[in-house]
Amino acid sequence: MVDKEHIQLAHGGGGELTAELIEGVILPALGGPQRPGRLTDAAIVPAGGVKFAFTTDSYVVRPLEFPGGDIGKLAVAGTVNDLSVMGAKPLAMSLALVIREGFEIALLGRLLESAGRTAREAGVSIVTGDTKVVEYGACDGLVINTSSIGLMHEKAALGFERVQTGDAILLSGPLGEHAMAVMSKRRGLSFTSELASDCASIAALSRSLLDRFGRDVHFMRDPTRGGLAAVLADLAEATGRGIEIREAAIPVNRAARAAAEMLGLDLLSAANEGKLVAVVAAEVAEQAVEVLARHDIAAHAAFVGVVGEPGDHPLVEMVTSIGGRRVVQRPYGEDLPRIC
Amino acid sequence: MEVCGTHTMAIARSGLKGLLPSWLELISGPGCPVCVTDASYLDQAMHLAGRVEAPVIATYGDMVRVPGRNGSLAEARARGASVEVVYSASKAVELAANHPDRQVVFLAVGFETTAPGTAMALARARRERLANFSVLVAHKLILPAMRALLAAGDVRIDGFLCPGHVSVIIGYGAYADLARDFHRPCVVAGFDPPQILAGVSAILDQLAAGEATAGSVYPSASAEGNPTAMKLLDEVFVPADATWRGIGVIPASGLVLREAWREFDAETRFDLPKIESHDPVGCRCGEVIRGLCRPWDCGLFGRRCTPRDAVGPCMVSSEGACSAAYKYDPARRFSRQ
Repeated sequence: MVDKEHIQLAHGGGGELTAELIEGVILPALGGPQRPGRLTDAAIVPAGGVKFAFTTDSYVVRPLEFPGGDIGKLAVAGTVNDLSVMGAKPLAMSLALVIREGFEIALLGRLLESAGRTAREAGVSIVTGDTKVVEYGACDGLVINTSSIGLMHEKAALGFERVQTGDAILLSGPLGEHAMAVMSKRRGLSFTSELASDCASIAALSRSLLDRFGRDVHFMRDPTRGGLAAVLADLAEATGRGIEIREAAIPVNRAARAAAEMLGLDLLSAANEGKLVAVVAAEVAEQAVEVLARHDIAAHAAFVGVVGEPGDHPLVEMVTSIGGRRVVQRPYGEDLPRIC
Repeated sequence: MEVCGTHTMAIARSGLKGLLPSWLELISGPGCPVCVTDASYLDQAMHLAGRVEAPVIATYGDMVRVPGRNGSLAEARARGASVEVVYSASKAVELAANHPDRQVVFLAVGFETTAPGTAMALARARRERLANFSVLVAHKLILPAMRALLAAGDVRIDGFLCPGHVSVIIGYGAYADLARDFHRPCVVAGFDPPQILAGVSAILDQLAAGEATAGSVYPSASAEGNPTAMKLLDEVFVPADATWRGIGVIPASGLVLREAWREFDAETRFDLPKIESHDPVGCRCGEVIRGLCRPWDCGLFGRRCTPRDAVGPCMVSSEGACSAAYKYDPARRFSRQ
């Protein structure tokens, strides 16, 4: 029997337990006007005829520096990405630090330089922040929170309600690179081929799609904690429609796959920090893949699945590489603690 | 029957069963190390974790969520116990080497694949005179279990798909006696779908020809196995009677530390009590691992027992038959709604 009185590590995994904590404890406790149980990456806040998007995220990744990135880069890119998949262009960002006493200042400098660089590259200004120091033992090194406000793209019409049977599901690149790079570093595994996090801003990807296809882009998400599996599980549940993806269509990073096999992890539920999942109208699917593939970070973009019919128990199913079928289930949530 | 948790998972993840003809059934046997470990072992580990001045419990990730009488190691960790997930025994002994001020107990479970790793970790502990490392041993040997299943005769098994990694160690020749004595083909296969199908196909060929020998389609497994690993096992461990969950005691089916290595035995070092454990009411894990009960025939499957709120190890373990059926098989998902 699961201990229901105390927070478990799995509550932070972005899977089932996280969803339950939010829906069952956090939202009811906060009270006030409730959004209908659909959790999105950013909130849309209308103000005087203009629509802003607003989001916040805290970063607890361990180790602080990993191949392909660090907590500074992640803290900026991750929040930029949350706004981007909502169809917003980031305008301004806050950055708050909780630092453990004894933390090396040179390291702090390095991490913040990385954050600053990432912000400049993404075209967002870090305009305000906060710094707290806690005593040794009270937190593990460094926690960064970034919040950001952005302006909605004029053509953006995104949401679960826009997803239709027959829509195409697109993925901008191979799965699990971030999770595997972090886990490998954490577990002291090394590979002869480069295994680096895909940590990057995907703002240009979402903007390209919206610029070119506007309302034909129905839904976007960045598959962070919980990976593609979590995004698809949300989609199936929120739209009431089954989803089918094809294993053979999913782009693969061989080093990430090898790491996953060694660590006993499933790439479908592994975190990504520089990937886009887009659900678009069937007729624009192929061109949308081409548009994505023009960007370096989406060179292997692919059409990986379709949205099916509505049903009582919508499942996410995968046609495997040998032609079998299996369910893709919502990850439980504790496979990979402290991944982002 | 396949007797390897990795096979169970590979078959489920590839959706292979749905592609097989109706006259061929692949059943799961006692191949998941966590699933076959007696409940009392986990309760002993929990007892250790809960002590004042508790040692660090170093364990494979799979053990962490198995529910014991007083919850799981993960829950103990959430309440402050020192539980470290390690991917290998060498990481566990490294933990001990890096933290001389803490006792580290490694939960040594698994078949012949992981036992050599435990032996090597102990060799390092001896070499470096690490007084703070010990192991709680529950290693098992697969062949005695296969024999016990056939001898019990209550499950129809026409052939065995044999575990790839275990066979790299013990060699596929190890199955020759069983194949001959019980007239069942035994074929070692690797873990991707084409390998599994090749193994099944080889078994069918033997059945069609009325033959029953031990063979392999897995290039990494030779007939004699890995003599260095086997020698190391023999230096450190000796076979002993062991309790398999749901099956009971199988003679000479487990490994215990030899007298010369007994100083590293956690049970002795920490004076651990023998704990009587019972399977939870309604849990049919024991029958599932013998192939007597299909996961979806258990009354708890999908209702009271799901991967996120599991009653028994077959559902909790990432290599358990129930977990595989629930997570990956679309036909079974709603058989219990």
